[in-house]
Amino acid sequence: MAKITLDNLAHSYFPAPKSEDDFALKELNHDWVDGEAYALLGASGCGKSTLLNIISGLLHPSQGRILFNDQDVTYAPTAERNIAQVFQFPVVYDTMTVRDNLAFPLRNRGADPNYVASRVQQIGKMIGMEAELDRKARGLTADAKQKISLGRGMVREDVNALLFDEPLTVIDPHMKWELRTQLKSLHHEFGHTMIYVTHDQTEALTFADKVVVMYDGRVVQIGTPQELFERPAHTFVGYFIGSPGMNVFDAKIDGATAQIAGVEVPLGAGYKPACGKLQVGVRPEYVKVTADGTGVPARVLRVEDVGRHKIVRLEIDGAQLSAIAGEGDVIPEMNPHVTFDPEGINVYADDWRVAPAGEAA
Amino acid sequence: MNKTVNQKAWFLVLPVLVLVAFSAVIPLMTVVNYSVQDTFGNNQFFWAGLEWFREMLQDDRMWDALGRQLMFSGIILAIEIPLGIYIALNMPKSGFWASFCLVVMSLPLLIPWNVVGTIWQIFGRVDIGLLGYTLKQLGISYNYTQDPFAAWVTVIVMDVWHWTSLVALLAYAGLQSIPNAYYQAAKIDQATRWAVFRYIELPKMAGVLMIAILLRFMDSFMIYTEPFVVTGGGPGSATTFLSIDLVKMALGQFDLGPAAAFSIMYFLVILLISWVFYTVMTNLDKRDSV
Repeated sequence: MAKITLDNLAHSYFPAPKSEDDFALKELNHDWVDGEAYALLGASGCGKSTLLNIISGLLHPSQGRILFNDQDVTYAPTAERNIAQVFQFPVVYDTMTVRDNLAFPLRNRGADPNYVASRVQQIGKMIGMEAELDRKARGLTADAKQKISLGRGMVREDVNALLFDEPLTVIDPHMKWELRTQLKSLHHEFGHTMIYVTHDQTEALTFADKVVVMYDGRVVQIGTPQELFERPAHTFVGYFIGSPGMNVFDAKIDGATAQIAGVEVPLGAGYKPACGKLQVGVRPEYVKVTADGTGVPARVLRVEDVGRHKIVRLEIDGAQLSAIAGEGDVIPEMNPHVTFDPEGINVYADDWRVAPAGEAA
Repeated sequence: MNKTVNQKAWFLVLPVLVLVAFSAVIPLMTVVNYSVQDTFGNNQFFWAGLEWFREMLQDDRMWDALGRQLMFSGIILAIEIPLGIYIALNMPKSGFWASFCLVVMSLPLLIPWNVVGTIWQIFGRVDIGLLGYTLKQLGISYNYTQDPFAAWVTVIVMDVWHWTSLVALLAYAGLQSIPNAYYQAAKIDQATRWAVFRYIELPKMAGVLMIAILLRFMDSFMIYTEPFVVTGGGPGSATTFLSIDLVKMALGQFDLGPAAAFSIMYFLVILLISWVFYTVMTNLDKRDSV
């Protein structure tokens, strides 16, 4: 178990990167605290897997250092780092039995046979494959194979970190919950540092203590699920987390009010004048559709009833936005307006959140 | 449900039947025809029954040729398969050098068989050949026209030179289909190089290797042109393989009956051995999955 430090780390797949755009992973400084469970969230191609492969040593970074417990391992081979990693698609050794598959990482490290036997039994139970331990891995379903891959990742107790690269992509939904729960309980039991890469926000938010959101090769926010929800540091975080994502529209900011489509909207806090493209972001949960004529005039495009609430798609001055309304709420047909809860409004300059005056940045 | 019954659909199979009849069945039947008759020329044939088969089975000449043939196929498989795998494992995976290697490896496969024979025939000559002359200067006694051992070595090295590429290319194709994640997982699991080969590469190559073994077995078992050009089956009959012997019998001595009987048995032997190979290997495959 270890604290993992990324120091000025960056990576480019080009041998001689010219501009920042050539970097798959832009310069990054971060400490992964020992024993925490992190989710690395982001769209495909944002550098998540690159970062993971650098940590496990499958890839050497073009610049910067990586330290385990303050010891430089930037050029140490994977074997020396003592890391477990599970990949997106199942990797099993076809000609071995399930048992041998699970025992493989332990045997390669010369573990005591008695220990191997009992540990493999334990892991077999954990992934629900006790009954299949003695059959060959070939011909198993993708589900089962991925469970073996997960099992192989978890079989070593002394690893510095456990890395998961979208491991549940091929697993069917009800099994996903079960395995994720088991990963969590494993984390509680052994306190490994875990990094879990995913592009599924639910997966990230349920699994992790801290979620690291990446966008275009950059870490845009690290925070608890609540922070990501209420104070997205970047408009991307707003879009990406939440369903539907945060509404973002252009506005003029003047102190504690914003001008949206010509109407003044209170912000709940004062802002210093900022430069760049100014926008406000409001989550649909903080948008209310009213009939009494207060707020910003809007046009209802359609209403989607998803069961536990309704999603109202609206248009203000050409910009689309969504609002969440209760199942019982009546959506006014005549002259609808929208109001925003000042608590839920964030201000962005060039896509980055501007801290209101008085809030510690 | 009413299904339309239309027996006319059988006519659609007709082109295939005709094609197979002309390409395989009819030629084979003419051989069968010769094998049960005797002739003294003049296009007159007499019924001989199984006489020729009996004669051929008692003929040491055929058994010797079969023995040499099995030894030849066994040796070249034992060399070409591991060597081909070894080369494939060491070929670059991508980039310019990968293409370069592929082209270079394909070259021997593109040379006509009798040209291969001629190349090695000249290459090995003691008076003017680069190989033969060099060996002689080094004081190694080498003369493939007189020494059976040298003749065998020449024929085998020639076949290895000619055909190892095929095995290597097939194995390479098998290796290329392994996703990178397997190698990464193996690194994470701290697998040794041998374990990577044994548990990842070999199982993934098994399918193409089976094809490689079958192809190389069948081809080597029917080999004719190259050894014929190099040694002509000699010295003596040291490198007279089955098909060389067969051609001597059928065209050299014009013993049509015995040659036809020989051909049929030859064909059956190839069929039998290929079937055994195939069954054994597919069973190995199945046993794994239980």
